[in-house]
Amino acid sequence: MSGERASWPLYEVFVRPRRGLNHVHVGSLHAADDKMALLAARDLYTRRNEGVSLWVVRSDAITASSPDEQDPFFAPSGDKVYRHPTFYPIPEDVPHI
Amino acid sequence: MEAQAQVQARFDAAVAAEQRVEPRDWMPEAYRATLVRQIAQHAHSEIIGMQPEGNWLTRAPSLRRKAILLAKAQDEAGHGLYLYAAAETLGVDRAELTEKLVDGRQKYSSIFNYPTLTFADVGVIGWLVDGAAICNQVPLCRCSYGPYARAMVRICKEESFHQRQGYELLMTMTAGTDAQRAMVQDAVDRWWWPSLMMFGPPDGASPNSERSMAWRIKRHSNDELRQRFVDMTVPQAEHLGVLLPDPELAWNAERGSWDFGEPDWSELQQVIKGHGPCNAQRIERRRAAHEGGAWVREAASAYAAKRAAEEASGERSSG
Repeated sequence: MSGERASWPLYEVFVRPRRGLNHVHVGSLHAADDKMALLAARDLYTRRNEGVSLWVVRSDAITASSPDEQDPFFAPSGDKVYRHPTFYPIPEDVPHI
Repeated sequence: MEAQAQVQARFDAAVAAEQRVEPRDWMPEAYRATLVRQIAQHAHSEIIGMQPEGNWLTRAPSLRRKAILLAKAQDEAGHGLYLYAAAETLGVDRAELTEKLVDGRQKYSSIFNYPTLTFADVGVIGWLVDGAAICNQVPLCRCSYGPYARAMVRICKEESFHQRQGYELLMTMTAGTDAQRAMVQDAVDRWWWPSLMMFGPPDGASPNSERSMAWRIKRHSNDELRQRFVDMTVPQAEHLGVLLPDPELAWNAERGSWDFGEPDWSELQQVIKGHGPCNAQRIERRRAAHEGGAWVREAASAYAAKRAAEEASGERSSG
């Protein structure tokens, strides 16, 4: 970003819609610091009671996997069908399994 | 070259299979550029769109109307920010987009270059302008670019309030005095044709539409959406008891749709070129707000820097 423009850091915003649910990513915003990011996130993403709790995280603090659809990073789980319950045939007359 | 063709083929296949494109995926440069232009223009429209109605914030006739109008203007600001955030995922900078808006290098919807002369305009904007926007925006919830589609889902949920408050305002006025009814009709007369122009030029004169449809950015042609809007709006106008100012408006039983007249496309071209009634005023206002707010941004940055320095020195002394 050029020096002329205010280059506030980018924050990712996560909202917990109600108690019992996970925080979910809803978008991003720019803010001068953490506290202002939280205030801006409240004004921007919860104008209609969309949440009971907010997280803001600086985007540059997130470590991400590669976006590639055929990412070898996820290969280890690809060939382990035995991790799924449907891998095991059980006779139909066996109850509760 | 081989690799390039391969990623292009994978992109095309994913889009054709209705998969979503996400920010760090490979995408054709023209796809990225089209999205940046469209999302930025959309964001600018939301931000500029606060001005015509903002004109009536202090003069709304009751506390109820004031609170509603203020909430609507806040929503428009929010929509602008959702969209700037979506544009930034494509590698552009929000501050740069704002500069391009005030420099006239990027556009916003031509509808906001018309003035709001009476309070009935507030109702008609909600009913017709936001109604047309909803027609345009609902299909964008299925746009191939994930961040744009997700922003549109949030926006569409909120737009419904905008349209209904406008219609309810007009129902209140049309149930009032003759003078109030005349005011509503006058506003409808002024806003009807510009609302139809919001869908863009006719299909034959919209050169980029086909590519945007192949990329699943756009789902319906301009003329299809315009027809849908007319068909939705005519019964609403009848219920209000206002006349839509088009002598050619007639039910076509064969098509199961309303026939309607041709908007004055030369007017749209003039407004897009900057010769609408309020173009200069809107941009000047945006520039003044941006420059007038500079000290707030500077103060927030200075405070953040001071706090960060204090925390760093605190850590050093305690460590």
